[in-house]
Amino acid sequence: MIELNAEAIYRDFAARVIDLVGRRDVRLVGIHTGGVWLAERLRAALKIEHPVGVLDVSFYRDDFAQGGLAPDVRPSRIPFEVAGRDLLLIDDVLYTGRTTRAAMNELFDYGRPARIDLAVLIDRGGRELPIAAQVVGRTIELPPDVGVALTRDDDLGFHLTLEQSQNDD
Amino acid sequence: MTVKAFGRNPQLNRNGELHHLLSVEGLPKAILERILATADSFINIAEREVKSVPLLRGTAVFNLFFENSTRTRTTFEIAARRLSADVFNLDITRSSTAKGESLLDTINNLTAMQADMFVVRHAASGAPYLIAQHVAPHIHVVNAGDGRHAHPTQGLLDMYTIRHYKRDFSNLTVAIVGDILHSRVARSDIHALTTLGVPEVRAVGPLTLLPAGLEQMGVRVCTRLDEGIRDADVIIMLRLQNERMRGALLPSAEEYFHNYGLTQDKLRLAKPDAIVMHPGPMNRGVEIDSPVADGRQSVILPQVTFGIAVRMAVMAICASSKSMH
Amino acid sequence: MKLEIVNGRVIDPASGHDGPAGVFVEGSRIVAIGNRPAGWQADRSIDAAGLVVAPGLLDLSARMREPGAEGALKQEMRAALAGGVTGVVCPPDTDPPLDEPGLVRMLRQRSREAAGARIYPLGALTTALKGEALAELQLLHEVGCVAFMQTRVLPHDNSVLLQSMRYAATFDLPLWLRPVEDTLAGSGVAAAGPVAGRLGLPSIPAVAETVALHTIFELQRASGARVHLCRLSSAAGIELVRRAKNDGLRVTADVGIHHVHLVDVDIGYFDANYRLDPPLRSQRDRDAIVAGLADGTLDAICSDHTPVGADDKLLPFGEAAPGATGLEVLLPLVLKWARASQTPLVQALARVTQRPAEVLGEDTGRLRVDGKADIVVFDPDAHWQLTGESLVSSGRNSPFIGYELEGRARVTVVGGDVRFGA
Repeated sequence: MIELNAEAIYRDFAARVIDLVGRRDVRLVGIHTGGVWLAERLRAALKIEHPVGVLDVSFYRDDFAQGGLAPDVRPSRIPFEVAGRDLLLIDDVLYTGRTTRAAMNELFDYGRPARIDLAVLIDRGGRELPIAAQVVGRTIELPPDVGVALTRDDDLGFHLTLEQSQNDD
Repeated sequence: MTVKAFGRNPQLNRNGELHHLLSVEGLPKAILERILATADSFINIAEREVKSVPLLRGTAVFNLFFENSTRTRTTFEIAARRLSADVFNLDITRSSTAKGESLLDTINNLTAMQADMFVVRHAASGAPYLIAQHVAPHIHVVNAGDGRHAHPTQGLLDMYTIRHYKRDFSNLTVAIVGDILHSRVARSDIHALTTLGVPEVRAVGPLTLLPAGLEQMGVRVCTRLDEGIRDADVIIMLRLQNERMRGALLPSAEEYFHNYGLTQDKLRLAKPDAIVMHPGPMNRGVEIDSPVADGRQSVILPQVTFGIAVRMAVMAICASSKSMH
Repeated sequence: MKLEIVNGRVIDPASGHDGPAGVFVEGSRIVAIGNRPAGWQADRSIDAAGLVVAPGLLDLSARMREPGAEGALKQEMRAALAGGVTGVVCPPDTDPPLDEPGLVRMLRQRSREAAGARIYPLGALTTALKGEALAELQLLHEVGCVAFMQTRVLPHDNSVLLQSMRYAATFDLPLWLRPVEDTLAGSGVAAAGPVAGRLGLPSIPAVAETVALHTIFELQRASGARVHLCRLSSAAGIELVRRAKNDGLRVTADVGIHHVHLVDVDIGYFDANYRLDPPLRSQRDRDAIVAGLADGTLDAICSDHTPVGADDKLLPFGEAAPGATGLEVLLPLVLKWARASQTPLVQALARVTQRPAEVLGEDTGRLRVDGKADIVVFDPDAHWQLTGESLVSSGRNSPFIGYELEGRARVTVVGGDVRFGA
């Protein structure tokens, strides 16, 4: 397991988000779970009063026919009006782009936003859809059998771990 | 010397996932908890602009109601539509079954029309089991009420309601009051409560309305309302059907109300924060009086909203299982 | 024709014989049991080595589907022979019911033509079995009805039952009655108890049986009638029969073979193959049935053979037709009970041979010199799987489908005529 310096990457990431947002009045929406942790930290950094929106995209995924429902679906909650808003959609890892596609579809069912920007801590390439992030903490090329995950320790410190997937053949 | 060895629970597929919902009885606690947790996600959807999710798009859900019920059928229809499924309502009384087509023939014909899920209500206990045994492996059966046997989605939405107001099942006293003998809701509630770990479940009613074997189901039998609801956290009032009030089971609605009707006075015997539930439709003045039905302890209206979310969760989880094999 | 069955183990409950012997038949009668008679030359010899030779089974209740289904009798007769059954008593709930001498004559004629088991028809006690007006009992008796039965439930009206008993007693005709009180049984489809409670099935309490028994016994005392009780099911009911017999009442009783083995829990997930009449009761009741067979309170075991078409079983439990196929499973299931209860075969087989014959008052059910040659040769150790295809009867409805059974008839002889096997 190789460790990337998550906190260092986060500092770069936060700086770029602050640049992107500027003086606009944005609302933050995090995708479960990693995206929500990032959104909560960014909220403090951007000094945003409004609570963070939370998306669990389980009902919008494109793989229900193959895999069924995830075992641990949690409620999405957007505690603000979406229509006409500038939104910043935040996720920990951008890979195929399918999660982002699902998140956008879910957001649109809340209302028509004025603008959605995507900010991701890690872009690991491997896109299968025409999706791009406006802010990326770090770009890393990873082979398909290696996964990367964001974790948070008891002191709310971030960690990124790479894991080789088991070959079950 | 029983010769039969029981096979797998007919609701679960080979991986132990819920493929049909026929009864709460025999379902592992984890599955019940998953249904309740998933329903949490669907409650919020009613507050959005677009009140549906695309989860079951392309899925054909057939409502087969052999026993009339506009209320239940409507909530299932709303639930299915909110999952973006295609819903077809079959009016059985006017269909071929009235001409003598057998239950299984009806099912076969509908299967040929690409049905993916059957929501079935039938007057005969066990009918959904017969259907589940005979449908193709990818088709799901959801029991919307069979005879006196089970009404699992009602049981689950009652549990959702209790969880919403009381949080922890493990220290509750729940009283079910009324015609338990004829009630599929009562049976489903009892199985759900005991599976979820409620330590004290009481059945309250006259001996003529209590079935045999309640103790074996983990229930304490009370024939007096006072004893039954004393210090209860939750009171579930069951509807008393008109037919029961004239026969040899009960003398009259007035006498029933006198002995078992929930009035504000009686309600004081329960805990001060006790909630009052009713599967509906209510007979005001028979099992419950208006001040209680409309009072601050009644959660009867929220039960309806919860019902849609719970049914959405049931359909979504069943549809998740691709095949019985 | 001279027939011999040799090298077998001859078991005859009536005489208590259980040992190696030959059975020698001439024409329709047994002429010798034991060693081959001097100068005996058989026309046909059956080697029964490793097999049991016993009286052919006498089944006190088997529905042969005629009158009702044209041509069905032949098939059910072949099923009887395949099951080692040489005599069947058929209940009068045929279509139309057996309440007319013409129907009985026709049934007996068809039976003769089928050359299967002997038939002992039960006449209807009341016209159309409605429980209201007496049928022509004496006329029916003269054309061959051995007794008279009210099927399903007792007549609603106690005075009808009392007068039926008095009338039958006049001619010393036995009454066969199902001890079921109709209003207590109601529309029940399963035995009252925790299983029916859990499954939400309308139920039949044990008092439906005990109240009926009390009524029958009181009216018997008042009328002097002879009564045979059909299909006891409850512990309380069996105890009442025990006491009535001790009091000297002229009463006999039978039980269905399925109730010797199965209980209410076996219904499982509403399996309609377990929908029986009377319903399957609890383990306690089953224990009482086994005890009743041991001490003779229950005189006989019958199959209560009821062929039901697949369509009538593929229905929700309460709507399915009750009953199970029985003629071909009676023997292996009797042997299973004997093994489990450690009852010697010579006693166990009495319940399906000697005792039923005594209940009927017919000269059969035993192997005796100069008696009728109704014989079964069976392999007590034959293992076979019960499948729809393995059954001869049109009734494939059985709770035991898919199970492995032990014991099977190899040869069945009726009146000296080898009608099955060999």
